[in-house]
Amino acid sequence: MSIDTGTPPPPAPAKRSRLKDTAEKHWYAWAMVLPVVLVLGVLVLYPLARGIYLSFTDLNESNQREEICTKTLGGDEVCEPNPDAAGFVGLQNYVDIITGERGEFWLQLGNTLVWTAACVLFHYALGLGLAVLLNRHVRGRSIYRVLLIVPWAVPAFIAAFAWKFIFNERNGLANVLLKSVGLEPVQWFAERWSSLFTAIVANIWIGVPFMMVALLGGLQSISADLYEAAEMDGATAWQRFVNVTLPGLRPVSATVILLGTIWTFNMFPIIFLVTEGQPAGQTEILVTGSFRYAFEGIRQYALASAYGILILSMLVVFAVAYRKALSRQGEVW
Amino acid sequence: MAAVDQRRSKGASFLLHATLIVASTIAVFPVLWILASSFKPANRIRSSEIKFIDQPTLENYRAVLTETEFPVWFMNSVVTAAFTMLFGVFMAASAGYALSRFNFPGRRSLMWTFLITQMFPVAILIVPIYTIMANLGLINTLTSLVIAYCTVAVPFCTWMLKGYFDTIPRELDEAAALDGLGPFQTFYRVILPLARPGLAVTMFYTFLTAWSEIAYATAFLQTKDKFTLGYGLQTFVPQFNQRWEYLTPSAILVLIPAALIFMYAQRHLVSGLAAGATKG
Repeated sequence: MSIDTGTPPPPAPAKRSRLKDTAEKHWYAWAMVLPVVLVLGVLVLYPLARGIYLSFTDLNESNQREEICTKTLGGDEVCEPNPDAAGFVGLQNYVDIITGERGEFWLQLGNTLVWTAACVLFHYALGLGLAVLLNRHVRGRSIYRVLLIVPWAVPAFIAAFAWKFIFNERNGLANVLLKSVGLEPVQWFAERWSSLFTAIVANIWIGVPFMMVALLGGLQSISADLYEAAEMDGATAWQRFVNVTLPGLRPVSATVILLGTIWTFNMFPIIFLVTEGQPAGQTEILVTGSFRYAFEGIRQYALASAYGILILSMLVVFAVAYRKALSRQGEVW
Repeated sequence: MAAVDQRRSKGASFLLHATLIVASTIAVFPVLWILASSFKPANRIRSSEIKFIDQPTLENYRAVLTETEFPVWFMNSVVTAAFTMLFGVFMAASAGYALSRFNFPGRRSLMWTFLITQMFPVAILIVPIYTIMANLGLINTLTSLVIAYCTVAVPFCTWMLKGYFDTIPRELDEAAALDGLGPFQTFYRVILPLARPGLAVTMFYTFLTAWSEIAYATAFLQTKDKFTLGYGLQTFVPQFNQRWEYLTPSAILVLIPAALIFMYAQRHLVSGLAAGATKG
């Protein structure tokens, strides 16, 4: 994910003519990107700025009107400024979130970290295992490959429904299977960790194919000469895996682990549909939690905005730290 | 690695196939289970016997297509996803080309913006966009969804198309320039026609993203006649009185077009993303 630094325009004697030169040279490139820049500005940057502003107010469902209009006897409408209208409250939302005054930030952060770590770990490990198997000359390889990417082809909310169906407490397949081998059926959604477990299983199922396909691409770009040389030196299969395969996969791994972490951190539909936060909101992750604050019960728009800002900040810090850690190890990325 | 393979013992070969068969079974099983259940009568879906085929009937499909709003939601989803796709690609195409070919001031920050927008959680834009839509009176319209989806679709399409344009040799641009074509003509008359496969794949993916979206749909839509599939299907399985006999056939009907499109496009996705990511 390297990004070229643009070559600086040649130095020009006077500032004005330099500006003019740049404009003359680049006007068509600018014209071509203009639609996207406008869309980004109107649809992303403006709402983002507004979201940041909202996170410093106390906007909620009950104080969102700026004016209160009353009908007079004559049928006219008289509007007055709403004395209780939402206003600026500084850092109050953030303080409330961090101290646990409103919302369940620490619980949800804990869930998010467990959820992200478990999902990404299994995605990567299973994806790598399957990629290594598929990279061999196996009869029926293309059939296996198609079958194995099926979960990727399923829209996430459909997959969520499928797993919700399987983990249904009354007569879902999981409990029927447990009963048939003589075990007690489990009330999956009655307890925090068993409930989170169902969502993690569902999300692992969805995410493995992407890792597998990406890592398979990485494996195929490792030169066969390296394996031959290692074999000549008497390396065992495991040694070849550790000393040739894993280092060869590093650039791909670095990218897919970063992407996977961000995607899982922000993964909305699975928790939202499979556990629905049960029991009593104890399995919400940050994104689903903030959605419920914004759109369920008494709508707390400002609180949800502050959540959004916190989530994005965490991801940006993570991505920057991750890149730094990689570049310190001499990775060109 | 053929030499390695010839040495593979029967036991190792058996293990390899056994592992792949188990993994493939797990991969397709939930879909098959939904498919099998969709043909069972309602009382058999609730049964606690494990049977793949149990008094098969098309009754559930008939019920979902004629007695529920499913067909309306399906059309709403098609319209929303189609407009998102067209708008996304239309806006993004020329920018993808400019980012692929020219080094201009602002290019670097634009590329960074695309990267960062990929990190945006649903939570960060949904509330401000909701309040803007409410001010514009657009809540409970498909237009509001198309606009919201474009926040993701436009940067994604630009990124994907840039990756595709990178694979088209620059010599073509130079030849076009020698023939006296300006940059815009080169783009529209030479490069864009060559980029049709890339455009198709990008459009398909944008379509699928909108097809599968539920957060904005759940927040913005209010009446049953406006629901998209992502919201509508949730109403089949509320906390109590879950109608799995409606949900299972709907899930299959939602999944089939998505899976077909996906299987067609998937070969190009990873290479496209990777090209966009590594070639700067």
